Amino acid sequence: MKLWRTPLDADKVRVPHGVVSIIIERCKGCSFCVEYCPRDVLIISKKFNKKGYHYPEVISAGLCVDCNLCEDICPEFAIYSDPEEQHSTAQTKENA
Amino acid sequence: MSTAVTNTAPTGERQVQHHPKDTLLRDDRLPHIWCPTCGIGTAVSCFVEALRESGIPEEKCVVVSGIGCTGRVAGYLNLDSFHTTHGRAIPFATGVALANPDLHVVVFSGDGDLVAIGGNHLINAARRNMNLTVICVNNFIYGMTGGQCASTTPETARTSTSPRGNTEYPFNVPYLMEACGASYIARWTVLHIRRLKKAMTEALNKNGFAFVEVIAPCSTLYSRRNKLGTGYDLMKFYHDNAEIRHGANTKDVGIGFQTKIIVGKFVDITKPTFLEKYQGKTTGGGK
Ligand code: SF4
Ligand code: SF4
Ligand code: SF4
Repeated sequence: MKLWRTPLDADKVRVPHGVVSIIIERCKGCSFCVEYCPRDVLIISKKFNKKGYHYPEVISAGLCVDCNLCEDICPEFAIYSDPEEQHSTAQTKENA
Repeated sequence: MSTAVTNTAPTGERQVQHHPKDTLLRDDRLPHIWCPTCGIGTAVSCFVEALRESGIPEEKCVVVSGIGCTGRVAGYLNLDSFHTTHGRAIPFATGVALANPDLHVVVFSGDGDLVAIGGNHLINAARRNMNLTVICVNNFIYGMTGGQCASTTPETARTSTSPRGNTEYPFNVPYLMEACGASYIARWTVLHIRRLKKAMTEALNKNGFAFVEVIAPCSTLYSRRNKLGTGYDLMKFYHDNAEIRHGANTKDVGIGFQTKIIVGKFVDITKPTFLEKYQGKTTGGGK
């Protein structure tokens, strides 16, 4: 993103990052999530699930901004995202 | 394939077995029966989110559906819910709402069930300003029963009972609801997820008759018979042809075959509900 000037709080503002989770066997391959993800994080996989539907796959994990659009538009309750920190803290807890 | 949760690092997604919305769903029933690219699932997804945002406790929310593809919603929600006979969701819900006024009663059904088969119940509940939230998924056709022409099918659209194109005038549902006296009327497509969610939240918290029309693709019957592609193509159509016009005169929001779809919040008024009037709270206690 281009900015006219560096915002005074630029060091404090953090773009959220999300981790995408997929329930492969629920997906019916509609591609709504792939089409409407604002960051083009997803593509339709070449692989298919047990029912023969091509499910989505993450190609640019780092770009996900945890906006939850994929979660809300999915008619199958098959995809969601949650904040990256949630996973890293869970891991730290496990390691501790 | 193993059923365990696998963290596949290389591509970046996690493969899991459960969804955060599962607590409000009967997840043992999933995957649901709706066709690929059908819009009903997205409407339910928005509703689950709206219910959370509304702050209404789960045990205070009741969902009633009629028959049809959208009529299956009651069976997929992990709430107190009831699947009534065709068109009779509103009378059942009216009984629930009057017997236990503390409950938030939601009627979640389709256009065929609510506007045609149960049309008389719909107009009378709106006229009485019954304290109900009605979510009407309008996909312009009878889905489950085989794609027959509905009272909401746009003129010239083909259905199994109008193979040469519908010659009837369809209902303009928001106009009908306003004429009957509904307190809240909004229309969104399933592409407008954020706005639809907000409208559902407002409708859930509205005191009085609140009506949300959800325009959704029926991929298997409506789009196939009319050669419109799949629900994916209809979502693109909504993207290009939906016009947001809050407060629009409902007289002007009728929907033609593949014409512009006017969406927005059309009506939001406050007036005493049926029960308030009946109990005499707002009529000075006169009997
Ligand atoms: S949360 Fe948003 S950015 Fe991340 S994959 Fe889903 S739609 Fe794309
Ligand atoms: S929106 Fe849901 S059902 Fe459609 S492709 Fe994405 S994960 Fe699959
Ligand atoms: S028949 Fe139409 S409305 Fe019914 S599930 Fe299939 S696409 Fe959806």
